[in-house]
Amino acid sequence: MRIKLLLASLLAFLGIVLAAGARAEINVGVTLSATGPAASLGIPEKNTFALLPTTIAGQKINYIILDDASDTTTAVKNTRKLLAENKVDVVIGSTTTPNSLAMIDVVAEGETPMISMAASARIIDPMDGKRAWVFKTPQNDAQMATALVQHMLDNQVRTVAYIGFADAYGEGWWNEFSRIAEARKIQIVGNERFNRADTSVTGQVLKILAAKPDAVLVGGAGTPAALPQKSLKDKGYRGLMYQTHGVANADFLRVCGKDCEGTFLPAGPVLVAAQLPNGNPIKKVALEYVTKYEALHGKGTASTFGAHAWDASLLLAHAVPEALKKAQPGTPEFRKALRQALEKTTNLTAAHGVFNMSPQDHLGFDQRARVMVRIDNGTWKLVE
Amino acid sequence: MDLQIALLLGQDGVTNGAIYALLALALVLVFAVTRVIFIPQGEFVAFGALTLASLQAGKLPGTAWLLLAMGMAIGLIEGAAAVRARRFHRLPLILLINCGAPLLLAASLLAVSPAGLPLLVQVLLTLMLVVPLGPMLYRLAYQPVAEASVLALLIVSVAVHVTLTGIGLLFFGAEGSRTPAFTDASFAVGDVVLQGQTLLVIVASALLIVALYLFFERTLYGKALRATAMNRTGARLMGISGDLAGLLSFTLAGAIGAFSGVLISPITTVYYDSGFLIGLKGFVGAIIGGLASYPAAAAGAVLVGLLEAYSSFWASAFKEVIVFTLIIPVLLWRSLKTRHVEEA
Repeated sequence: MRIKLLLASLLAFLGIVLAAGARAEINVGVTLSATGPAASLGIPEKNTFALLPTTIAGQKINYIILDDASDTTTAVKNTRKLLAENKVDVVIGSTTTPNSLAMIDVVAEGETPMISMAASARIIDPMDGKRAWVFKTPQNDAQMATALVQHMLDNQVRTVAYIGFADAYGEGWWNEFSRIAEARKIQIVGNERFNRADTSVTGQVLKILAAKPDAVLVGGAGTPAALPQKSLKDKGYRGLMYQTHGVANADFLRVCGKDCEGTFLPAGPVLVAAQLPNGNPIKKVALEYVTKYEALHGKGTASTFGAHAWDASLLLAHAVPEALKKAQPGTPEFRKALRQALEKTTNLTAAHGVFNMSPQDHLGFDQRARVMVRIDNGTWKLVE
Repeated sequence: MDLQIALLLGQDGVTNGAIYALLALALVLVFAVTRVIFIPQGEFVAFGALTLASLQAGKLPGTAWLLLAMGMAIGLIEGAAAVRARRFHRLPLILLINCGAPLLLAASLLAVSPAGLPLLVQVLLTLMLVVPLGPMLYRLAYQPVAEASVLALLIVSVAVHVTLTGIGLLFFGAEGSRTPAFTDASFAVGDVVLQGQTLLVIVASALLIVALYLFFERTLYGKALRATAMNRTGARLMGISGDLAGLLSFTLAGAIGAFSGVLISPITTVYYDSGFLIGLKGFVGAIIGGLASYPAAAAGAVLVGLLEAYSSFWASAFKEVIVFTLIIPVLLWRSLKTRHVEEA
C-alpha cells in the first residue's frame, strides 16, 4: 500500500516536471518599491504590471512581483531570490537608483538581463562587463536638465537659484543642472537645501529672494516640492519657476494648487499624451497606456512612473521573439540571447520615447523622449 | 542679512516655536504625571491636520474607524472586567461611552456631508475625532503597565509610535495634504508684513498656555495632576487615582497635539509621518526644560524654532544637524548641574 502510494506520487511528480519542461514558460522577476519613501513611484509601476500581456510570441509569461520597501538590502535579497529560486529569465526593477545600482552585481553574476525603472545615468554608465547586462527605461537626469537649461536660455534667464532636497535626489539634480547651466553661461546665484518633512523653508526662500534670480529651480519629488514654491509666492517672488520631472503626479497639483500656475518642468511625453501632435509616433503608444491604466484606476490617475514599467514590457515584447529563435526559456543561452536582442533594439516606439540601443548605450533615447510642460489651470500643458 | 530679513526669520521662528512649545508642554505634562516619554505626541499633530483635510475633502476620515475600533476594544475589556466583578449595573454606561459615542459620531459624519460645514464645526469635529484617541491609547497601551520602569514605558511608546505611523499611511496615503488658510488677512508693521495665519498660531498657542496655567492653578483636577507629578505615592494616599491622572494627562496631550495639527495645517503640507519630526523638536525644547519645568520647556521650544529659522537661512544643508546638536550642550550643562537621584 505504502509503496503504491510512493510510486503514484513519484509518477505525478515526474509528470509535473515533464509538463513544465515542455511548456517552457518565460519567468519575469520584478522587484519594485510598493511601500516606503518611494511608494508613490512604485505603486503605479505595480499597477501597470496588472495590465501587461500574459503571452509574448505564443509563450506564456509569468510575472513574479516582489516588494523591496524602497530598501536597498531588500532589493538585492529579492533579486537573489528571483534568480536562485524562481530561475527568472529577466529581472525588471527596481524603482529607485540606489536599489538598481546595488542589483547590478547580482544580475551580472547570475548572467541575467535586467531592465531598471530608475533614472540615474550611473545605472548604465560607464558601460562595463557588469553593466552589459543592465538596461533602463527612464530618461537620464542630464537629458532632462539639458531641456530645462535650453528653455531658460530661450526665455532670457540670466541668473538662476536652486533649492533641492537634502538627499541624493536634490544632490544629483544639483550636480547635473549646475554643470550644464554654467557651461551655457547661466549664472547660479543660490544653492539651498530642504528636507521632505520640513514645515517651513522661509530661511532658504528669503536668501533666494535676496539674490534676485530670474528663475528658481526646485529639485524635489512629489508633494514636498510644493512647499518652496508656495513660500516663494507668499514672500512676493514673481520670476519664472521650474520643477523637475519628479513632481509629475496628480497629488502635486492638488497640494500646490494655484501657487503652481505657470510652472515649467521637463517630462516624458506620456504625461501630456493626448496633447502631442498627431504626427508624433509616441502619441499612439502613450495614449494606449494611459487609456488602459485609467480604465482600471480612474481618470487622471496615470503617471509617468508607471509608464516606465510599460516601456520595459515593450522592450521585452520586442526582444523575446529574437531570443526564442536561439534558445529555450529557462536556459543560460536564452538569457544571453535575450541580452543581445535587447541591445539590438532599434526604432522601438514606447510611451516615453523611441529606443535605439547599442552596446555602448543601454537607454537609447533621443530628444523625442522629453517635452517641456507648463502647469495651466491645474493641469499639465504641453509647451510647443 | 538686513533688518527686514532678520524680522521675517524671527516671525517664522516664533511661529514654529509656538507649536513646538505646545508639544513640549504636553510632553512635560505626560512625563511628569505618568513617567511616559510620549513619542507618539507628534502623531496627534499629523492626525489632527489630516483629519481636518479629509473632512474638507468630503471624505470620512480614517481616524473615525480607529476611534471605533479602539472604543470597541476598551468596551470589551472594561465590560469583561465588570462582568467578572459582578457589577452588571455599570455595563450600559461602559458600552455607551466606549462604543455608543464613537458610533454616533461616525454615523453623523456619514449622514451629513462634512465638506459643506463651516470651518469652526469642521475643527470641532476634528477635535472630537482625534482627542479621545489620547485617553484611549493610555487605557489600552499604558495603563496595564503603568507601574513599569521608565525604560519599559519608553519601549511601549516606540511601539505605539510605529503602529500609529503605519495606520496613518493606511488612512491618509503617502502624499500629504494642506488645508485652505483660516484667514487671508495681513498687517503691515513697518517694512514687515505680518500674515494673519501666523498671528493666529501665536495667539492661539499663547491662549492655550494661559488656559493650561489656569487649569493647573485654579481647578481641583489640575491640582490633582500636579500632586501626582510631584509625588505619585503620596498623591495616591491622598485619594487621587493614578489611572484617572493618567487618563487626564493623555486627554490634554491629545487635545494639544490635535489642536497644533489644526493650527499648522494651512501653513505647511502635513504628511502621515510629519508628526515625528515636529514632536522631536518639541522634545528638544522639553529636554531644555529638564522634562520638569513648563516655562523653561516653552522657552526652550521657542529657542529651537528661532535656531531652526536662522540656520535654514545661513546653512540650509545643516539645519537639522544644528537644531539637534543643541541638545548636547544642554545635556552636558544639566548633568553637571544636577545630582542624580536613584528612582525608588
